[in-house]
Amino acid sequence: MSAGLKALRGSAAISGVATFGCGETPGFTDMELLAHAARAAVADAGLDMRDIDGLCTASASAAMWALPVVEYLGLDPRYIDGTMLGGSSFIAHLLPAMQAIRCGQCSAVLVCYGSAQRSAAFGRREIVAARRFLDPQPYEHPYEPMLPVSAYALAASRHMHEFGTTREQLADVAVAARAWAALNPEAFMREPLTRGEVLGARMVSDPLTVRDCCLVTDGAGACVLVSAERARDLPKQPVYVLGNATAVWNRQISSMADLTVTAASQSGREAFAMAGLAPKDMDVVQLYDAFTINTLLFLEDLGFCPKGEGGRFVADGAIAPGGRLAVNTNGGGLSCVHPGMYGIFALIEAVRQLRGECGERQVKNAHTALAHGNGGTLSSQATAILGTAEALR
Amino acid sequence: MNDNSIGVQAFHQRELDAGRFLLQRCGDCGRHVYYPRECCPHCGGTALEWKTPGGLGTVHAVTTVRRKPADGGDLNVSLVDLDEGVRLMTRIENLAPEAVRIGLRVQARVQVKDGRGLVLFDAIEGAAA
Ligand SMILES: [Zn+2]
Repeated sequence: MSAGLKALRGSAAISGVATFGCGETPGFTDMELLAHAARAAVADAGLDMRDIDGLCTASASAAMWALPVVEYLGLDPRYIDGTMLGGSSFIAHLLPAMQAIRCGQCSAVLVCYGSAQRSAAFGRREIVAARRFLDPQPYEHPYEPMLPVSAYALAASRHMHEFGTTREQLADVAVAARAWAALNPEAFMREPLTRGEVLGARMVSDPLTVRDCCLVTDGAGACVLVSAERARDLPKQPVYVLGNATAVWNRQISSMADLTVTAASQSGREAFAMAGLAPKDMDVVQLYDAFTINTLLFLEDLGFCPKGEGGRFVADGAIAPGGRLAVNTNGGGLSCVHPGMYGIFALIEAVRQLRGECGERQVKNAHTALAHGNGGTLSSQATAILGTAEALR
Repeated sequence: MNDNSIGVQAFHQRELDAGRFLLQRCGDCGRHVYYPRECCPHCGGTALEWKTPGGLGTVHAVTTVRRKPADGGDLNVSLVDLDEGVRLMTRIENLAPEAVRIGLRVQARVQVKDGRGLVLFDAIEGAAA
């Protein structure tokens, strides 16, 4: 850990967050959803859109997405980050933005995302088809894996083989997420879900059923990052970024050296080192649960349990409401919202928990939170450690 | 073999289309490389030579892609570790999808269909299913 990164600890804070259109919003474009969330997050920060001089954004379909966002919102940013790492992007955007704020390049950075993936005519199937030409994987596509789910299924098969992880344990991840979602008015799927229903659901790519897979929803999310000093003058309680790190080890699942160890083991270690904190210090944990296996892998790789113990860790309701560790308190990508890229929603839920804004699902006395993003097929990993003023000391 | 007038991806495919499965081996660090690259991902070297692999491997991970009969029906997708130390995505062809197990020993072959070669594998034990 470099002294420079340590010095950035707590130097910036999230002072505004918002979501918009989570669930089903026919008639809206990606940009319209994004604009609503962006405007609401800027207002939540007590700022005006003219105060925004930094922008971080990415899209699953438009390679030059930052350009139309700048134009649409009428921005004139001095700092722009359009780095596209898949679903982890918005958590990965934090550290460079902190550096830009720290050196005075900009003062208020808007991180934003919107997708009408569920309702749009140009949907997931078309994006997958277009990507075969724009982002070819000639050593995987000819075998017709159903990507991304088959990649995660392959990792799950290996985890089950090596560690005795069971389909029941995978199902418990989905059951816990649904129990949290039942407490969240914004969650898309809130009706009770049992282990048997997950196991008995339509198999998509063995061993994952449709209930082991994230939702496909519409939705937008945004947050505003400012310097810690400035954040203290803004209306909402600042949520400090104590640590943030990103790691990428591969693109394709067939290129992953060990299917049961993700680059989260690196991003987590580095984010915790920057924050000067450890897994045991985390009050709430938001993990990118695109599939049930993700939650197990990230609990292990981020240090919440030993490698291989993820299945047994979740099997007794440990991550459900009332359990030992509050994981995915909004219902996660499995039951709350998943418009293509989920990372920003993990971040927003962490901020809301630290502000104490979560109503029925609020974790009492939450001063620290981890938000973890994943992108591609277990390809990119980004970890953020957040904290209140109490945790900053 | 590769005359450097085309990229390694095109060369590898051209060989596959002729029924030949080739693997790269790095002359600098001695490790095998798959998929084909212009420089070694292990050491950065460019002394990559084409080799004919033994073709024996072990199933490392497995899934059955569930599809409607109209879309082609259920399909095995596996990751296989070749004995040379590289991993690739493939299909195990001589077993029903649900019979493919991690640890199964498999043998590579090239299937040429409509002029296009593809590396597939057959189980060499327990292949009666
Ligand atoms: Zn080498």
